[in-house]
Amino acid sequence: MQKGMHMPSWYKTYHPYVSPMDPCPPITTKRYSTPPNLYLGFQPPGLEQFTPSAALKAGTLWKYFYDPYYSTREMKKGVRE
Amino acid sequence: MWFYEKKLQYPVKVSTCNPMLAKFLIEQYGGADGELAAALRYLNQRYSIPDKVVGLLTDIGTEEFAHLEMIATMVYKLTKDATPEQMKAAGLGDHYANHDNALFYHDASGVPWTAAYIQAKGDPIADLYEDIAAEEKARATYQWLIDLSDDPDLNDGLRYLREREVIHSQRFREAVEILKEERDSKKIF
Repeated sequence: MQKGMHMPSWYKTYHPYVSPMDPCPPITTKRYSTPPNLYLGFQPPGLEQFTPSAALKAGTLWKYFYDPYYSTREMKKGVRE
Repeated sequence: MWFYEKKLQYPVKVSTCNPMLAKFLIEQYGGADGELAAALRYLNQRYSIPDKVVGLLTDIGTEEFAHLEMIATMVYKLTKDATPEQMKAAGLGDHYANHDNALFYHDASGVPWTAAYIQAKGDPIADLYEDIAAEEKARATYQWLIDLSDDPDLNDGLRYLREREVIHSQRFREAVEILKEERDSKKIF
């Protein structure tokens, strides 16, 4: 991340309408992914890098683009690498 | 020409014996937005696209085969020791009837792969926008696979593959920027 750069959130939520007639317990909050590739345009020079070994594990050299996805089940368990 | 390195791009580890996950994972093997479709799409489109972005399509198309190999390894590990009864219990009875425990290019519902999944329009912007869409759809598929799976080691590999989709989408978007750039104009980062 460069100084002064706005850091967007990689996940957004919305709250779908819940009908009194719905047959199943409602999911009141829905989450969707808005990954880093939506925000940067052409990659500017000088972005912060991972170390080579960390980059091989993350799947990207660039910290800005690192956006791991966890299921809600994993997040409840507190799963993080 | 290609050189083959006899190793995976990222280590594949599966910690639970759950052949049903193989049924879901096969979506990324022979599905419409899977790795085979991606590889063949990019390696074919590259012949009729401006020189500046041919190399990008070659690189990404090649990497998709490395991803295909990771998915294949996951599916193979999950099914290689499954008995016909276990295959049936995992919803893979129809697969077993046709293929034994072999892998095949079909999606999670058993629909065989078809070239109708991919396109080469010959129009650089149309093709690159299809490629961006394909990456976002593959990214979403990995999300739903992570949601379906409770195998931490498998999910680690799936998270890696999803991250690569994010990067590929970024590079295709940059390719569009390169092609639409006005000549002699100032480059602003």
